[in-house]
This record gives sequence, C-alpha cells and structure tokens, in this order.
Amino acid sequence: MLRRPHYIAAGLVALLTLLVLNLPGHTTARLKLALGSLFLPLFGLASGTQQATGHAGNALLSKGELLRLNESLHRENQWLRLQAAQADELGRENARLRELLERRAQAKRHYKLANVVLRDPANWWRTVQIDLGSRHGVSNNLPVLSAEGFLVGRIAQTGPTLAQVLLLGDPNCRVAALVENESREAGVIGAGGPFDSSLVEMRCYLSRTTNLKPGQRVVTSGDGGLFPKGILIGTITDARPVESGLYTMAQVKLAANLARLEEVWVLFP
Amino acid sequence: MIALQHILLFATAFLAVFWEAAFPFVRAMFGAQISLLPPLMVYAALNLGLTSVAALAVVSGVLFDSLSANPLGISILPLFMIGLVIWARRDLVLRDQPFAQFVLGLFASAATPVLMVVLLLTAGQTPLLGWGSLWQWLIMSLGGACATPILFILFGWAHHALGYRRVTETSFRPDREIRRGR
Repeated sequence: MLRRPHYIAAGLVALLTLLVLNLPGHTTARLKLALGSLFLPLFGLASGTQQATGHAGNALLSKGELLRLNESLHRENQWLRLQAAQADELGRENARLRELLERRAQAKRHYKLANVVLRDPANWWRTVQIDLGSRHGVSNNLPVLSAEGFLVGRIAQTGPTLAQVLLLGDPNCRVAALVENESREAGVIGAGGPFDSSLVEMRCYLSRTTNLKPGQRVVTSGDGGLFPKGILIGTITDARPVESGLYTMAQVKLAANLARLEEVWVLFP
Repeated sequence: MIALQHILLFATAFLAVFWEAAFPFVRAMFGAQISLLPPLMVYAALNLGLTSVAALAVVSGVLFDSLSANPLGISILPLFMIGLVIWARRDLVLRDQPFAQFVLGLFASAATPVLMVVLLLTAGQTPLLGWGSLWQWLIMSLGGACATPILFILFGWAHHALGYRRVTETSFRPDREIRRGR
C-alpha cells in the first residue's frame, strides 16, 4: 500500500511535470531539440537497416522484372525530357510576355532535398523530422513538398541539423486552399482522421455557391502568405453541407502519400 | 546487479523511443504505433524501487516528448502513475507468470495513452482523435500486452548473460570427507 514517502515521491514527480510544462516556449523548444539530438548517432543505424531491407528486396527481384522496370523508367525518362523541353519553351514565352506587359518576373523558387529521419511516436500527432536544419538555411513555416512536388506540410520547429515538419492532417497544420472548378471555391484544409493519413477535411464557407464534385483538384490558394499559390494538395472525394448548410465539408484525398514519405523538398522563398 | 538492471532499463527506454520514431512498419501494418514504454514501466515497477520507477518515468517521458509534438513533460505523469499503481500492488502479483505480465502490460498500455490524451486536452491541446482512435488504442493495448512478457524474457536473458551470481559457500569440507577404504 502507499505510504507517506510514496505520496511525497508522487508529489515531486507531479511538481517536476508542472515545472517542465510551464517552461517558456523557446526554452522548451531548445530542450526538445537538445534531447532529440541525443538520437543523432542512431540515425545511421536506422537508415542502414532500411537500406539493407531495400537491398534484400532488390535481391529477390528477377532479372526479367528488373529489365521490365528499366524499360518502363526509360520511357518515363523520355516523356519527362519532352515535358521539360516544353516547360522551358513555355517559361521563355512567359518571360517574353511579362516583359511586353512590363510585369515583374516571379522570383525563382529554390528547393532543398531532405530525408525523413523520424516520425512522431505518438499516434495523435502527424509530424516528421527531416535532416535539414537552421545550418542549411531552414526556418519555421517554410512549405514542404513531396518528392513528386505535392504539398506535404510546413516546418514547425527548427534545430541546427534537424527540423520538425507538421504534416497535412495534423490539427495544427491549416492551409488556405482553392478548388480548381468554374467557381474557384476557397476553403481551409484542416485535420484528418487519426487512422487514414491520406484523407483530410476541407471547409468551404460559401455554401450557396459551392459546386464541389468528386475528382476536382484542390491547390493552395496563396492566401495567408505561408504557401505559394498553385501547389497541388489533392482531389475531392466527397462533399456535403454541414450545420444546415452553413458551410460545406469536403473530404480531400491527398496527392502525397504521407505514410511512405522518405524524401521531401523544402521550398525556400 | 541493481546497477546492471538500471543500465539495461534506461538503455532499453532510449532505444524503445528511437524504435517507435524511426521504424514505422508497425504503424504501416496496423495503423498505430505500439509504445514500449508502458511495458518497461511494468518491468520497473515489479522489479525495482519507487525511485527507479520515478526516474524511468521522467527520463523516458522526456525522451518520448522530445521526438513528438507533445508538449515537453506531458508523458511523465501518465507513465509514473501507471508505475506507481503497479508498484504499490506488486506484492499481490505473481510477477513470474507470463499471464500476469500480459495482463499488467495490457492495463498499462491501455491506460497510458488515455491518461496522456486527457492531459493533452486539459492542457488545451487538440490531438488528432476520432473513431479510428479506438482501433489505435486497441492495437496499442494489445501490442503492449504482448511485448511485456517478451520484455521480461529478454531482461531475464540479459541478467543471466551479463550479471554475476553471488558466490555461496558449500557445506563440503575436505577435512571432513569420509574416505572409504577396504
């Protein structure tokens, strides 16, 4: 049974918890980063294990399968080269037209590739840690894209060598979005479900004019200034009026596969 | 022997937190990550003193929160409460029985996330909750329950391999040996 010393011990732990919880925000962030850096020596072990698993999987592939994959990648490469050439031409045309209209050219965006090294161990948050930090020029609120260029989230905390990324679907990651349809409905991408990381909710507050249909693309609207305009978020799978038509709730299937993120792009202004 | 137990326990807590964050295959398979900290608290509560239980709760809770979006320190209290309850009742538990370990692991792994979420909501946070959370809770509880007896076995092996046994004097004395002759 519990005796007096045990109550004292429990009280001391409770006091310590309250003390740590009430530390100032910047102190907590620094403490978190310092403690997180204790795990740095183990990152090599984790990536080595994952690479070994990948190599083991590759060893099991037959030569015929590899040749077929090679052929498919070769075709994709050709197609992408053609697309890149066309994009170059369009870029030049865009620059010429901007010059004619005397409009300032859009600033060129810079990207840095980062590896996803850790995921949130708690099931009720959706965050990952990447191996770029303030030493690499990363700062809070920078947008993060998947390897394919779809929106993934934003930087929430930055350490010297690591940064925490809030993923789409986390309750603390909200994105101003736009539906690519005739009426260009605007809304806010909010939290997803705890189980399926590929679906998030989008609230559109202009219910009378909404014309949301499954399959319509959702992109960033550029409002709020955090995310540049036009980055693909996903496609609408379902939409229904909520609270007597006060607003429309749409389910958006994310274009990026958040469950299998390995590499991401950090988008610099 | 006690020092070895402590070193093993804290090293396992460190590795357990890293495993939860770095290896997502359990989450990919079942939709939820299993936490190994509640089973570790069960082991500590059944085998070590209250100070060690408190120290493990503080260290493992802070390490867990450092890799998570949890506010730093929020995991300490739930882990300690679980450890304290089991520690207070440990004389009533058949601690060597795998079934008892399983049940205690189930209790600890089920109660810890609930307490954590309650604390988060009390602290004004908005964790990701929904009907899917029930499935995650089930997976966490069952996963922790299955991990607890395995953890006891692994610690048993580690003690056997790394620990030393106390040298006891035998009752045999050569000067009192009865030599039988013809």
